Amino acid sequence: MTTAAATASGEIQGRSLWQDAWARLRRNRLAVVCIFVLGFVILFCTVGSLLCNWSPHVTNLDLKAKPPGYEETLDRETWLRHKYDDLAPEEEQRFAQALKAGEGPENVTLRHWLGTDTLGRDLLARTMQGGRVSLMVAGIATAVALLIGVTYGAVAGYLGGRTDDKMMRFVEILRALPFLIFVILLTTMFGTRLWLIYLSIGAIEWLTMARIVRTQVLGLARQEFVEAARSLGLPTSRIIFRHIIPNVLGPVIVYATLTVPAVMLLEAGLSFLGLGVQPPQSSWGTLISEGADQMETYPWLLAGPAALFSITLFCLNFAGDGLRDAMDVKTAKD
Amino acid sequence: MLRFTVSRLLQAIVVVFAVFTLTFFMVRLAPGDPLATEKAIHPDVKRSLQERYHLDKSLPEQYALTLKSYFAGDLGPSMKHQGMWNAKIISDSWPVSLTIGLMALIIAVAIGIPAGVIAAVRRNTWVDNSAMSMALLGICLPGFVMGPLLIALFGIKLRWFNVGGWYEATDWVLPAATMGIIYAAYIARLTRGGMLEILNQDFIRTARAKGVPELKIVTHHALRGGLIPVVAYLGPALAGITTGSFIIETIYNLPGLGSHFVNAAVNKDYTLVLATTVLFATLLVFVNFFTDILVAWLNPKVRLT
Amino acid sequence: MPLLDVQNLRVAFHTRNGVVRAVTGVSLSVEKGQTVGIVGESGSGKSVTCYSMLGLIPMPPGRIEGGTANFDGVDLLKMSRAELRAIRGRRISMIFQDPMTSLNPYMRVGDQVMEPLRIHEGLCKAEALPKAIAALAEVGIKNPEERVRQYPHEFSGGMRQRVMIAMSMITRPELLIADEPTTALDVTIQKQVLDLIKERQRALGSAVILITHDLAVVSEVCDYVNVMYAGRLVESAPVGELFRNPRHAYTRSLMRSIPALQPKGGTLYTIPGMPPDLAKLGPGCAFRVRNAENGYLCLTDRDPEIIEIAPGHRVQNCPGCLERGNA
Repeated sequence: MTTAAATASGEIQGRSLWQDAWARLRRNRLAVVCIFVLGFVILFCTVGSLLCNWSPHVTNLDLKAKPPGYEETLDRETWLRHKYDDLAPEEEQRFAQALKAGEGPENVTLRHWLGTDTLGRDLLARTMQGGRVSLMVAGIATAVALLIGVTYGAVAGYLGGRTDDKMMRFVEILRALPFLIFVILLTTMFGTRLWLIYLSIGAIEWLTMARIVRTQVLGLARQEFVEAARSLGLPTSRIIFRHIIPNVLGPVIVYATLTVPAVMLLEAGLSFLGLGVQPPQSSWGTLISEGADQMETYPWLLAGPAALFSITLFCLNFAGDGLRDAMDVKTAKD
Repeated sequence: MLRFTVSRLLQAIVVVFAVFTLTFFMVRLAPGDPLATEKAIHPDVKRSLQERYHLDKSLPEQYALTLKSYFAGDLGPSMKHQGMWNAKIISDSWPVSLTIGLMALIIAVAIGIPAGVIAAVRRNTWVDNSAMSMALLGICLPGFVMGPLLIALFGIKLRWFNVGGWYEATDWVLPAATMGIIYAAYIARLTRGGMLEILNQDFIRTARAKGVPELKIVTHHALRGGLIPVVAYLGPALAGITTGSFIIETIYNLPGLGSHFVNAAVNKDYTLVLATTVLFATLLVFVNFFTDILVAWLNPKVRLT
Repeated sequence: MPLLDVQNLRVAFHTRNGVVRAVTGVSLSVEKGQTVGIVGESGSGKSVTCYSMLGLIPMPPGRIEGGTANFDGVDLLKMSRAELRAIRGRRISMIFQDPMTSLNPYMRVGDQVMEPLRIHEGLCKAEALPKAIAALAEVGIKNPEERVRQYPHEFSGGMRQRVMIAMSMITRPELLIADEPTTALDVTIQKQVLDLIKERQRALGSAVILITHDLAVVSEVCDYVNVMYAGRLVESAPVGELFRNPRHAYTRSLMRSIPALQPKGGTLYTIPGMPPDLAKLGPGCAFRVRNAENGYLCLTDRDPEIIEIAPGHRVQNCPGCLERGNA
């Protein structure tokens, strides 16, 4: 249809695709708000943790499950206990030194903004620390998925033909495997180590990434600029990494943004089952799991971590959708 | 179509076989002794137990024996549930998982598809916006948050349902709703996307120009193409619902396959782990097989190849 | 009384970038059995003119802001959705530019061809099928009994356009609107499709509105021509009169850019500049920026009126665009 609406004003000055995408993204208010909230959550979990007076590890059985806003008066020793985490041996030394040196205030009243958990630990500090672990797992597992998926997909798409056929058939077969079962088996059989979680979650998520990249590269590999690079005698690896991969960055970024919440869900699910992050470390999944156990008596144990987790997921999804629309990427439908 | 079906079927069988082999060696190579118990047991008893589970033989021999018995339809005895056969444990627990899984899927489809279709037809109106906001909420509330919330509301506050367990005829409602709502959200988004894409096609304009009523345009012209992404998603969705049952069955304390699998894995019940894993794999692989066939049937262009 | 009589039609799209006046005061009429062409560049409003009469533009953002479109004495613009639907596909049919995308890939060709009969005449499948087979045979499709069971992707582009023609003519409509029916086809197929449309038109006595940007096609097929530019009608005349005596500068530019009429070996003539942005168009002659002849004489303060300078020959009265000495 030749509607007049289609003849929008043509842009005169040169604008890169990235600038275009950025302009479109900025117009999507909700996506921008979500990106800001995400930045805030990341700051909260990292910088916030440093500023917090409470340690996520120090227990106090006299202050079990106090509601949000509860005030605790600390003497100097307890204050230092919270300042110098009691997990690492060298921290223990520093604690002893600080105690001897007379560091810190004599008596101070501090507030547990989110209350305390069943072992009397400050819930705010634990939520920050758990968030750090959750975000780290999500980030590293996504990076693993990116690394494998982009390389594999780019190679398959670039080589094309029968190699591509075989490589993608392999991906299809792997996709049909019940991977979560293997993740659970791995973590139960070989112990719950954090790097095992990164690896196994990354190993699930790279498959879709490989498919998306492969489809993109398949189209790019037949274009003239690749032909030109080849005629200059550039090695295949250089063509793939310097000429093709930069051109598939858009879809990759979009998909990576949407992978992060999926990974966070997986990690939290595993932790919820007690198969993920192990105490004394915590993640949002373990906090939610603990909270759900005590939901009837101490609802705030669930409320804080669950709300933060849901908000983060929401923002990641919305930011990913916004990026997709802004970059005009068609994501695969699965 | 026949070649497509046969090749997919062969692929499915290969996958199940691969899962069997992988799981078998993974559990056998894991550190720890499955027969270790808190009490010390007499060496003779231990030897007879090892014989019973073929643990006295070499690994390849064990593999061959297990494979042979699986082909004969014998899933072997459980290592931890004394005197129980795996087949019996599974046949006792699968109705629980199946009921919840199917009901969740029905809830997901019954809410998700109509919501997505209506959102697409009334796009950018308040109907669309509110449906899609609800969907995002469903996506961002994971099962282990939604489950406790539903329990708190319907189980504790209103006392409409039991908070857990598998005793009464209505015990499937909350677990199925928990999973169903989450997948309804995904399906609604997929349906909306698929329908929007189809409704913007030229042939929809052709149908309007022919005087086809709006309702019929949706049902006759758009739905078939618009639902292809949804049908393609049903395989992964069922996989997610199956594996999601690990969490749901833990939350609601249900004696289903999922909780048996997790417990077996934690307790190193090798034979039960193998049996449940192979069962899950078979289920998933064949659901994927059928959705592949269904997608091919829906899309005339794929059907030819 | 003409079969279709459009007076002063105005259509606008209310978009985020402003109000786009896609059709501004267009009047045209079609007699029974006549073939009328609407010519113009992309975005000149020729498709919107026809789509809006049949309620086929998306509303919102589209809005019909005024005018009448009397079809057989009844105003299409005042009809309810249901009344319009009863006319679409029965008394007024359409065929579209791209036969690849205009047929539903998920439906059998036979089901699509018989659909107008089933909707408008209430026939059941068994009654409609033989008619669909006959209709396909009439447009020159071999083995129609087997072809009805096939899907569109099993047909070639030209064959699909034949299916479209069969489908649109199966209810013997009084008016067929063909929107660029040959643009997406190979040159060899174009002629066949045009001939087929003419042949079916003669057999059924239908009138045809042919929307195109190709003056060569118009000269071959049409009885009467309307030239549109920037949502306005700039000139309309019987086809012979228009080609003998084009009065508006835009019409003359269009004719100069027909490759077949240009001297061999010369550079192809193109109209300078781009069609104006309809969201930003103020009053005055819309062609003045691109008028290479006498743009400085064009009206700038008010829209030019339409005047009849010869029987049936109407043109926009703009001093810069009318041929010098005759205005």
